[in-house]
Amino acid sequence: MKKRERLTRTLIYLMLIVVTVTMLFPFLWMLSSSIKLDKDIFVFPMQWIPDNPQWSNYRDIWTRIPLMTFIKNTAKITLTVTALQLLTSSFAAYAFSKLHFKGRDILFMAYIATIAIPWQAYMVPQFIMMRSLGLNNTHLAIILLQAFSAFGVFMMRQFYQGIPDSLIEAARIDGMNDYQIYARIMLPLSKPAISTLTIFTFVTTWNDFLGPLLYLTRDELKTIQIGLRMFITQYSAEYGLIMAASVVVLIPVLIVFLSLQKYFVQGVAATGVKG
Amino acid sequence: MKNKEELGNRMDKENPNKKPKIKRNSKKVRKIKENLTAYSFIAPNFIGFAIFTLGPILFAVVLSLYQWDGSNPMKFVGFDNYLKMWNDVRVHAAFWNTIIYAVGTVPLTLVTSIGIAILLNQKIKGRNIFRTVSFFPYVASLVAVAAVWNMIFSPVNGPVNEVLRLIGVTNPPKWAADSDWAMFTVILFSVWKQMGYYMVIFLAGLQGISAELYEAAELDGANKWKQFINVTLPQLKPVTFFVLMILTINSFKVYDIIYMITQGGPGTSTLVLVYEIYNTGFMNWDLGYSSAISMLLFAVVLIVTLIQFKGEKNFANE
Repeated sequence: MKKRERLTRTLIYLMLIVVTVTMLFPFLWMLSSSIKLDKDIFVFPMQWIPDNPQWSNYRDIWTRIPLMTFIKNTAKITLTVTALQLLTSSFAAYAFSKLHFKGRDILFMAYIATIAIPWQAYMVPQFIMMRSLGLNNTHLAIILLQAFSAFGVFMMRQFYQGIPDSLIEAARIDGMNDYQIYARIMLPLSKPAISTLTIFTFVTTWNDFLGPLLYLTRDELKTIQIGLRMFITQYSAEYGLIMAASVVVLIPVLIVFLSLQKYFVQGVAATGVKG
Repeated sequence: MKNKEELGNRMDKENPNKKPKIKRNSKKVRKIKENLTAYSFIAPNFIGFAIFTLGPILFAVVLSLYQWDGSNPMKFVGFDNYLKMWNDVRVHAAFWNTIIYAVGTVPLTLVTSIGIAILLNQKIKGRNIFRTVSFFPYVASLVAVAAVWNMIFSPVNGPVNEVLRLIGVTNPPKWAADSDWAMFTVILFSVWKQMGYYMVIFLAGLQGISAELYEAAELDGANKWKQFINVTLPQLKPVTFFVLMILTINSFKVYDIIYMITQGGPGTSTLVLVYEIYNTGFMNWDLGYSSAISMLLFAVVLIVTLIQFKGEKNFANE
């Protein structure tokens, strides 16, 4: 029995190593290539740490493309979208889960139904509409089309459903109105859901490609993903620089994810699965 | 102090000594007030949602019956766009490729993400580090990791083919550049990229299974394998359906992965529906036709979702 146990353990760790290597290999390759000369990148068998690391790649990318402008644009859009998304959807979710009002079920059905409709199915008319409002080539267009997703409302509502109504009733008897209940009771209780939604919104907006590709055609407005893609097509052979820029693009997302991941599994458990 | 006053006020409103008519009126007023409060909570999100999501969806339905280039007057053409679609070889290719992509991606992602979730739910050292690492590909920028992927799978000098040559494969596949292998390459990449997300959902599901069930099974003398078959799998059923649903919807929406890896080629071997919507809409400015293809995409997603819903009901009733 003991022996078998040990065998299972070894097997588990072995599989874990295979999974981890598969997940990490592209990132290690990226890091290693980002400090190499272009001619050394495809040398086989590969050398993970080059003899003369080209740190200059990390200096040169800032002058070869307007990377700073792209980062500023993306940060502005991402932060605005995340803030709007968190505020409006947690606000709406409170009404959907804790208040009784006329038309609640129909309105909620409208939200649910659109989750199943891919955005790509209505991106063309949406673009025409934005253009007629004079919003193409503005960051506002990207913000407006990302900030009011049905997904956020759905997710927050699922989480609020798990908070007992008796808590709300007690607060009402204490004389709190609904806005106070939302701010002082619901929000502090929903840390896991808020963290999870923050990760999802931040990651989706930061990494969004198709939206900015459609709406932002002027270089000074472009986001980091479009900028990086432009760089890749223009300097397709300068692998070292491309990889260095890629590493820079990954960092903000990793920071957000690592700082919020404590709540992450818990948040997903409480919000998504019960759906 | 203030609270007590408010409570007192509320008592006054419900004072039974007052005339019944006034009471009914104040009840009505309260109901209206309650509705207004609720609407004020919903409005900030709903106004944006109605204008930028519901509006364009309805517009797309209407547009699919018109011929329009975005600047000249719209021309009503009835179902012409749909008839045109019926005979369009590119749309046919895009339709089937989308199906092939979904059929390839969904089961592979499902199995690998369940597998890894179970692995990461064991009592092991450094569990959190492993979990974080498995989620990396999902949060990483698609543009960046696709660039790496293209280098790793480069047919001429990428490390994958170098290793294949080393172990004696004389003619390794050309991956994204070969029309027989391109779709497979795309599927492989999406499984790697998205697996972490579904893994976390399964992990959450696994943690929701009560320990008592396992204890009971152990008392009955069930070994680990039997516990897995009789406890874990049945308990994971609702989560699995949830994942199956979003996974399928997501795989019908695929666009950017294909844009980065193959640009729809070689030929039409990885052309998918969203790619064709983009081409007809934003390259040819054939907005009506593009919307008709959107309706096809929507119909496919709807049918698949309904079948899965029905499947879940039957399955649950068993």
